[in-house]
Amino acid sequence: MKTCLVVDDSSVVRKVARRILEAMDFRIVEAEDGAKALDECRQGLPEAILLDWNMPVMDGYEFLGELRRMPGGGTPKVVFCTTENGVEHISRALAAGADEYIMKPFDKHIVASKFREVGLLPSTTLTLA
Amino acid sequence: MTPSDYEYLRKLLKDLSGLDLSADKQYLIDSRLQPLARKSGLSNIGELVAKMKSGSGAFIAEVVEAMTTNETFFFRDKVPFDHFRGSIIPEILQARAARKSIRIWCAAGSTGQEPYSLAMCLKEMSAALVGWRVEILATDLSQDVLEKSRSGIYSQFEVQRGLPIQMLVKYFKQTGELWQVNGDIRAMVQHRQLNLLHDFSQLGSFDVIFCRNVLIYFDQDTKIDIFGRLARAMEPDGFLVLGAAETVVGLSDVFKASPERRGLYRPSGVHAAPARTSVLGANAPKAIAMAGL
Repeated sequence: MKTCLVVDDSSVVRKVARRILEAMDFRIVEAEDGAKALDECRQGLPEAILLDWNMPVMDGYEFLGELRRMPGGGTPKVVFCTTENGVEHISRALAAGADEYIMKPFDKHIVASKFREVGLLPSTTLTLA
Repeated sequence: MTPSDYEYLRKLLKDLSGLDLSADKQYLIDSRLQPLARKSGLSNIGELVAKMKSGSGAFIAEVVEAMTTNETFFFRDKVPFDHFRGSIIPEILQARAARKSIRIWCAAGSTGQEPYSLAMCLKEMSAALVGWRVEILATDLSQDVLEKSRSGIYSQFEVQRGLPIQMLVKYFKQTGELWQVNGDIRAMVQHRQLNLLHDFSQLGSFDVIFCRNVLIYFDQDTKIDIFGRLARAMEPDGFLVLGAAETVVGLSDVFKASPERRGLYRPSGVHAAPARTSVLGANAPKAIAMAGL
């Protein structure tokens, strides 16, 4: 079973993401800021990270930089999930090593689509009319 | 909705658009027409049917449009586009090396995600296509979806399904919460209104036809007729791409399935039995004129 680390300062968002991802068979670990997320990663690197940008203590962008510098930190698939929906933010995130990017608001279809893009879900799921 | 209302809708949709609503598709009518009824100030499907019967051609057209519009996404089902990039275009590059021209038809182009996905694939391969004339024709029954497709403008939700983020950044321009396909990609797609039930032989011959998730709504005879006419609209070494849950097998000999490539069909070289030129009934021309279709 794959693990997804959900990093967001909103407990509501973490709860919604948890529901969506558990239905997709992920084990969930939560962190409310980038620093706590790094602690979790030091204990064990997840396969997937759903990452908010704007958080207190350490934001998502800073976390991503730290993560990719960790031993093995290149392996988790990092999908930003943020209200920052401008092209400049997206480009910065990709340049810093993000694998995909979700602009809030999101739903289960968008999460599934992005997770398929990065290989966290099989791409053979059919979309029937 | 009374049984007679349902029967009225079923027959009208069948005559005007070929849409085949068997008994278990009642939920489709409810989900598509309740919003239209509300929008038009009507309380229920019964009142909606009454308004249609009162002879409002424009309203009938709205109902047909609501019933026949299908949701679509960029790179829907992914696999057909992998085939397109990985084998269809490479084979065509060889087969048409002298002609240097590719004609592609999206026969249910809908709101444009499919033709623009193909256009983006081709743009990614533009080095191999220098000097080639590539034509993508997108047709649909609905004027509304054609308008949206022409505009190439999509919501934040729509551009996040099926589209890798790198492609969004590369091929779209953002204005507020909307994203528009870049002009050079839009320029690769021509749009035209077309009812698949009607003769489309004037469109000429295509190398690739995408006809995905539209034939599922038609009955067997209609499907067979359309397959026959699609085969005649295709080069002998062309490609037909159907939706994930669709098949030609068992319905028509005019195409054969491509063994390793799911969803891909090639002309078999067998000619279809002489087809009727139209599957529409005797009363249809008047009804269509009334509905403005």
